[in-house]
Amino acid sequence: MEIRVEKIRKEFDLYPALHDVSLKIESGELIALLGPSGSGKTTLLRLIAGLEQPTLGRIFFGEEDASYKTVQERNVGFVFQHYALFRHMNVAQNVAFGLTVRPRHQRPPKAEIRRRALELLDMMQLTGLEKRFPNQLSGGQRQRVALARAMAIEPRVLLLDEPFGALDAKVRKELRRWLREFHDRTGHTTVFVTHDQEEALELADRVVVMSQGKIEQVGSSDDVYDRPNSPFVFSFIGESANLPVSVIDGTVHFHGQSTGLAAQRDGEAHLFFRPQDVSLVEEGPGLSGPVTSSRRLAGTRIAEVELGSAKSPCHVEIEVPLDASVSNGTTLAFRPTRWKLFY
Amino acid sequence: MRNEHFRNPISETAPVRWALILAVLAFLALFVLLPLLVVFTQAFREGWSAYFSALGEPDAVSAIRLTLLVAAIAVPANLIFGLAASWAIAKFDFKGKAFLITLIDLPFSVSPVISGLVYVLLFGANSVLGPFLKSHGLQVVFAVPGIVLATIFVTFPFVARELIPLMQEQGTGDEEAAISLGANGWQAFWYVTLPNIKWGLLYGVLLCNARAMGEFGAVSVVSGHIRGLTNTMPLHVEILYNDYNIVGAFAVASLLALLALLTLVLRTILETQYGSELSATQKH
Repeated sequence: MEIRVEKIRKEFDLYPALHDVSLKIESGELIALLGPSGSGKTTLLRLIAGLEQPTLGRIFFGEEDASYKTVQERNVGFVFQHYALFRHMNVAQNVAFGLTVRPRHQRPPKAEIRRRALELLDMMQLTGLEKRFPNQLSGGQRQRVALARAMAIEPRVLLLDEPFGALDAKVRKELRRWLREFHDRTGHTTVFVTHDQEEALELADRVVVMSQGKIEQVGSSDDVYDRPNSPFVFSFIGESANLPVSVIDGTVHFHGQSTGLAAQRDGEAHLFFRPQDVSLVEEGPGLSGPVTSSRRLAGTRIAEVELGSAKSPCHVEIEVPLDASVSNGTTLAFRPTRWKLFY
Repeated sequence: MRNEHFRNPISETAPVRWALILAVLAFLALFVLLPLLVVFTQAFREGWSAYFSALGEPDAVSAIRLTLLVAAIAVPANLIFGLAASWAIAKFDFKGKAFLITLIDLPFSVSPVISGLVYVLLFGANSVLGPFLKSHGLQVVFAVPGIVLATIFVTFPFVARELIPLMQEQGTGDEEAAISLGANGWQAFWYVTLPNIKWGLLYGVLLCNARAMGEFGAVSVVSGHIRGLTNTMPLHVEILYNDYNIVGAFAVASLLALLALLTLVLRTILETQYGSELSATQKH
C-alpha cells in the first residue's frame, strides 16, 4: 500500500508540531522517521495511523483519501512504544483481540481465530508462550507479541513507534535483523519511528530525517550520510565538525588563513566535514592548531585539535593514523578531503 | 557477620519501639475495640431471643429495608457517576478540570448536616421547587427521595476518588491499542478499560456502600424521623436509644458494626491480593 502525505500541518493548542510536511512512501518500502525528540516524527506516525487528526493537509492510502477516516477504518497495524499489551489477557488472547472485536458478520469462527493467533505466534517464534501473561514475558517477547497482535488484523500498513526503544542493546540488535527479515518476507509497507540513527541507517530502505516539525531530508542511508543537504542533517547523522568560514576569491578562509579548499560562491559560510575525511598535511595551506587531547578508539585514533584564536577557539575532532605522534600540545595541520559548505 | 554495635540509622532502640507499639495498641483498644465490644455485649445482654425479637420488630425491619433500598439506589448511581467523572478527567483534556476535581471532593469538606439542609432548602415546603413537585405528587423532603438524594451527595466522591488516580496512571495507551485493532469505543471500555480498573472500582464501591448505609447527619436532616417510613438504620438506633430501648438500639447497631467489619475484611483482602493494581490510590 502506497502512502502519500500531502502538506500535513498539525497544531497542538496552536503550537505547531508539524509544518506542511509532504512525503511519499512506496508500496512495500521500509521507512524510518528519524529525528531528535520534539522533531514531530511520532506525530507524523500517529497522523498516518489516524490516532491524530491533521489540522490541515491530506493523507492518501493508495488512491483513497484517508485524511478523515478513523483508525478502525484505516486498518493499520500499530505497534506502540511500550507495546500496550492488555495485561489481563494472555498472549493468545492479546493476539486474537483484533479478530474477536470484529462485528459478528465479519468475525471468523472461534476455532479459526485461535488457529490464526497460533500461526502468528509461530511466525514470531513465540510458540508455547500463548498461555503466558504479558508480565511473564521478556522485553523482546513482548515486542514480538505486540507485532503479532498488530499483524492479526491483516493491516494494509505496519507502523511502529520506537520499536526497539525499551530493549537492551543485544536484544535490540537481534530484533532489528529479525524485523528486516520479517519485512522482506511479508512485504508490508512499514514505517517506524526512531531517534537512533544507527537503527535507521541499518534497517530502512529510506530514511526521513526530521527536525522541528519539518522534513530535512529523505533518502537512502548513503544519501543522508554521504550527501547531507542541510547543516542539521550533517551534524545529526554521524560525527562532524563545523567551522565558521568565509569564502574569498573562490577559496575557503578560516580566521583569515586560506585552507586551500576551493569554492564557487564568495561569502560567509559554515564548513562541515567528518573526522575520517581529512588528511594530515606537511606544508601548504590547511587548518592547523595544537592537539588538546587524543584517544584511542578501537582501530583508529581521534585527536581533538584547537583551531582559531585563543579568544574564540573552535575544537574539532579528526581521525589520525595510529602511528602519528599526537601528544598534547603538538601542532597538527590537516585539510578536509570531503567537505561541504552551507551558506 | 553482623556488627553488634551497628544500629540502623532509621530504626529506634527496642524500648522506644515497644513503647510506641504499646501506646498505639492501648489507644486502639480504648477507642475502637472497647466500643465494639460494648455494642455486642449490650445487644446480647438479654440473650439471643431478645436480640432477634428486637431485630424482628416491624420498625426495625422497615429501617433495615429502607437502608438497603437507599444503598441499592445510591451505590449504582455513584458507580456510574464515578466512572464517568474519572473517565472524563483521566482521559480527556478540558478547561476547568482542576475545578471539577475540587467539586467532586466537596462532600468530603462540607459537614453532612449542611448537605442535608441544602436539600431541605431546595425541596422543602417553603422552597420554590418543593410545592411545585408536591403538586405533581412528588414529596422529596421527609420522604425516601430526599434520603436517597442526600445519601448520593454524601457518597459520590468515593468511587471517583478511587478511580481518578488509577486511570490517570494507566493513561490512554491501552485504549488506543484496542481502537487501532478495530475495537469500537464500547468494546475498548468493556474489554480493556474495565478489566484494568475492576479492583479499584470494587474498592471504591465498598467504601461508598459502607458510607451510604452508615450515613447519619445528612439523612437525619431530610428524613423527618417518621417511624416505619423514613428511618434508616442509623436513625432508628438513635430513636431506640432515646426511648431507653438499649437492647433494641444495640441490636440494630450491631448490624451496622458487622457491616463495618465485613467492609474492613474485604478491603484488606483487596489490598493484599490486588495491591499493585490499586497502587495508584495507595500513594494518596
